[in-house]
Amino acid sequence: MDGLFTLIQSAIAFGTIIMFGCVGETLSEKGGNLNLGVPGIMYLGGIASLAGAYGYENAVENPSKVIAFIVALVCAVAASVFGGLIYSFLTISLRANQNVTGLTLTIFGSGVANFFGGSLSKLAGGVGQISVPVTSSAYKVGIPGVNFGILVYVAIVVAFVAQYFLTGTRKGLNLRAVGENPATADAAGVNIVKYKYLATCIGAAISGLGGLYYVMDYTKGTWANDGSLENLGWLALALVIFTMWKPLNAIWGAYVFGVLFWLYYYVPGLGRSSQELFKMIPYVVTIIVLIIVSMRNKRENQAPASLGEAYFREDR
Amino acid sequence: MDKNNVSINHVREPLFHIAKRDRIAKPKAYAIRTVAILLSLIVSAIVIVCITGLNPLDVYVSMFKGAFGSNRRIWITIRDTMVLLCISVALAPAFKMKFWNIGAEGQVLVGGIVTAGIMIYFGEALPTPLLLVIMLGSSIVVGAIWGLIPAVFKAYFNTNETLFTLMMNYVAIQFTSFFVAKWENPFGSNSVGIINSRTKSGWFPAIAGQQYLLNVIVVAIITIGIYFYMRKSKQGYEISVVGESENTAKYAGINVKWVIIRTMVISGALCGLAGFIAVSGVDHTISTGTAGGRGFTAIIVAWMSKFNAFVMLAVSFFLVFLDQGAKEIASNFNLNEYASEMVTGIILFFILGCEFFINYKIIKRREDK
Repeated sequence: MDGLFTLIQSAIAFGTIIMFGCVGETLSEKGGNLNLGVPGIMYLGGIASLAGAYGYENAVENPSKVIAFIVALVCAVAASVFGGLIYSFLTISLRANQNVTGLTLTIFGSGVANFFGGSLSKLAGGVGQISVPVTSSAYKVGIPGVNFGILVYVAIVVAFVAQYFLTGTRKGLNLRAVGENPATADAAGVNIVKYKYLATCIGAAISGLGGLYYVMDYTKGTWANDGSLENLGWLALALVIFTMWKPLNAIWGAYVFGVLFWLYYYVPGLGRSSQELFKMIPYVVTIIVLIIVSMRNKRENQAPASLGEAYFREDR
Repeated sequence: MDKNNVSINHVREPLFHIAKRDRIAKPKAYAIRTVAILLSLIVSAIVIVCITGLNPLDVYVSMFKGAFGSNRRIWITIRDTMVLLCISVALAPAFKMKFWNIGAEGQVLVGGIVTAGIMIYFGEALPTPLLLVIMLGSSIVVGAIWGLIPAVFKAYFNTNETLFTLMMNYVAIQFTSFFVAKWENPFGSNSVGIINSRTKSGWFPAIAGQQYLLNVIVVAIITIGIYFYMRKSKQGYEISVVGESENTAKYAGINVKWVIIRTMVISGALCGLAGFIAVSGVDHTISTGTAGGRGFTAIIVAWMSKFNAFVMLAVSFFLVFLDQGAKEIASNFNLNEYASEMVTGIILFFILGCEFFINYKIIKRREDK
């Protein structure tokens, strides 16, 4: 029983990271932009929050929790929106290929993050590991008695809001129209460029919160150049498929992925090698979902029809 | 004309509009790309200066030294270029068909796993030439299978291949971790170590005293082969028709499903072969880093080269040069080696962006008299 409890607890802590990434990416994909730069954006958000918090905590004698919280949040959002803007400008305005641009953004983001993560303390003239105790403790604040930081709840709220936006508002309907058939949406008077830019950049900001949560809460304000955030970014992309582009599904889907991810830890008698096979399950499940969805071929479960394609009005 | 009329005109017509170019003169296209690369180097230089306060010229000079500073370094640059080129060439047919094979990373890894397995289990029993043939054959087969799976579902159910192949990467990565844990040597190191380090059984032999000459030969054969396959063969033509328009292909009597499957088998097989080269010809070990992100980088190489095999060589070389150079900077100036990815990212952004100015032209609003 105790094991089950801790499994669920670590699944929720883990799931929150990819839930942010997934909801952000869903928004972007609903606008027709397949952003393979999610891992890069999460990296940018994570490292920016760390750099901001580090700068603030070192500059001030008695850093305040509230300001540290805000500094890290603003830095994370700004950096991830910056990443989203690069992607949007290249794919929407300059109509560069989305897959290639997204992969480049991931290379760039991981380069920036691991570069600064590895040399932040050295550049600032310090020694040893970076640590931002005040900021990370600010992010650990949550409901008393429950061992989750505030962002765990924020993720759920964000998923609800995204679901409501997509299915319950006119703007959400417009955005979906842009993703399904931009030419029709354009003819109906929807500003394609504006919608695509906003969806991608706001989506990037949400994905970036995943990086913020990972750095400040999940790893308690430290940094390791081990590429784990990149793998989580790809897992978030997998989750978008798993949830069939519905943010509400992301809430339980992310926790299921969390359970699947940590399951090996709680299954008795696994050798180190078989543990690795267990970690494969989330991806295999995603593939199966992808196949079943395409076989059943129901419109409402599919990826947005124009996903991955640039829109050019004069293309006809 | 009166003033009113002019102002109305201005409201109606935007400042500029964009039109597709029918074609562009080659020198002009290359001029645009050159300007983009120069701009990207300037931006990278500004970033380097802002972060580190180093003289960017010194940095570029030491990059050059890092990639070409000695005979050994030149060979390492060549060696890494060959692996990247091999993967890019492998991807080109799939991309030409507009099949987004993002799964090169995984296809390379499974080829590498099989190669390493054969080296470990049969290294003592069989002579190296026979081993090489067996490893070549089996890495091709498993790579082909890894490419076949998403292709079949794409052909019959139109399953999204970008996402499918992306997921297959992670399945392959976990398989790699599984085998690394299984084969680890010495026990507890969590790595396979150099396989057959004493006997060098199953390693690419040195030719004319050059350790990596065989890599160059193998990749050159593949590159030239794919060049002719794409340009001169009927199958290559079918690939480009399917890529341009599936409906046209159907109308012309091309079996689209078969072309998709066949092309992905070829693409996966060559990626598997790249894994064979990476393990038997370069690393002599297997780890999750055997593909090292090159499966993703190769996508960018293939795309930017417009699938031209010889441009791919140049682009792969350029990226490996950046990487080697950046590693040198990292150790020279006491920086973190991830600086290379950052600079690569900046340069690629510019090159991607400049394609717009090659494919489209911007027409400014006509000024009224």
